[in-house]
Amino acid sequence: MAEQQVSFKLNGKAVGVSVEARELLIHTLRERLAHTGPHIGCETSHCGACTVDVDGMSVKSCTVLTVQCQDANVLTVEGLEQTAGLHALQEAFHQEHALQCGYCTPGMITRAYRLLKETPNPTEEEIRYWMAGNLCRCTGYQNIVKAVQSAAKQMAATPA
Amino acid sequence: MIPSQFEYHAPKSIPDALNLLGKFGDTAKLLAGGHSLLPMMKLRFAEPAHLIDLGKIAELKGIAQVGNEVRIGAMTTENEMIRSALLAEKIPLLAEAARLIADPQVRYKGTIGGDISHGDPANDHPAVMLVLGASFVLRGPKGERVLPANGFFLDTYSTQMQPDEIMTEIRIPIPPAGTGWCYSKLKRKTGDFASAAAAVLLRMQGGSVAEVQIALTNLGATPLKASAAEASLRGKPPNDSAFAEAARLAMSICSPGEDQRGNAEYKTAMAGEMTQRALRTAQSRAK
Repeated sequence: MAEQQVSFKLNGKAVGVSVEARELLIHTLRERLAHTGPHIGCETSHCGACTVDVDGMSVKSCTVLTVQCQDANVLTVEGLEQTAGLHALQEAFHQEHALQCGYCTPGMITRAYRLLKETPNPTEEEIRYWMAGNLCRCTGYQNIVKAVQSAAKQMAATPA
Repeated sequence: MIPSQFEYHAPKSIPDALNLLGKFGDTAKLLAGGHSLLPMMKLRFAEPAHLIDLGKIAELKGIAQVGNEVRIGAMTTENEMIRSALLAEKIPLLAEAARLIADPQVRYKGTIGGDISHGDPANDHPAVMLVLGASFVLRGPKGERVLPANGFFLDTYSTQMQPDEIMTEIRIPIPPAGTGWCYSKLKRKTGDFASAAAAVLLRMQGGSVAEVQIALTNLGATPLKASAAEASLRGKPPNDSAFAEAARLAMSICSPGEDQRGNAEYKTAMAGEMTQRALRTAQSRAK
């Protein structure tokens, strides 16, 4: 089957790949573009470890075809780090001990990034509702919620 | 876990999509949000030779009021409906149900048209469409037809929509002011389908139920309209015994399959509970 050329922006940089139509975005990111931040967890769009941001939407990249991303703006956890250092969310996950094994963390942070764009000052209930597509199997969610709250405060204090 | 080989098409207009559908016939599948179809393709339950992505067709998106109805483009996503000020004001039942579908990431992709046309009795919009008296706009090679939700769902994965048709729009009459609403859904966890769910619209007049619509999700081969339950309530004062009788009648039409969510007896009992909860909440919201 012929491969298709797909070009999109990855963390602000133009990239182009040649893929079979059936290739999933997570495989393109990890295996062709060396972006291994997004993880493969369940492969069935349940766990959220593969979450990336596509055109302002948090999506599970195990359930999106790369060919669907022509001309899209794709953001992964690798794109969050600022020139001044870690993104406020990354720093907050560190400070609040919001991870143990870290497997879910890139997906958590990428999802939280979009949540705070849409809802800059979320309540605990809003965080729990809008982060419910990301599973963590070791830390538990308490410190993750705290980290998102803490990052929200930090970001409000220092507007980008 | 990747799908088998297929050719990908991304038409920019409805006529282009219909042409492709006509050309490839039943070797083609329409791709909406992809969160039912792509998992099925990964498991090789579906192996279309051609995938026609409706995601680049701008005219399939949007929510607008036209006269006394709200028209929703079939490719409008769950999150777009949840965030719609128009729906919050005019058809809050729809936003309430959308909030209970899948999880945040899936709701960015999942669409109302995909949810309805898939014909999966576990999907939530079909029951909501039945109580709202919605109709569906289908475009095919011979033109357009508009079908009511009632009668659209034939069996599991089977609807009135033909393989050469595309669902383009959902039309929903705006319920009269003061109508109470509720979608009550029991699920084991975020992201799960309903173990049982009930959609209710209810209007009061002089202390009695003037009008009520009840439909059930994932309790049979299709969404179920609980007509006998509705009839039992009309003209009656909305009290516990009336709601219990309506729930009993709703349970009598359930025939759920057994799965990890429970056996038929449990799910049927939960259908009764969801019906009563939805009725009580809808009554409390009715003015």
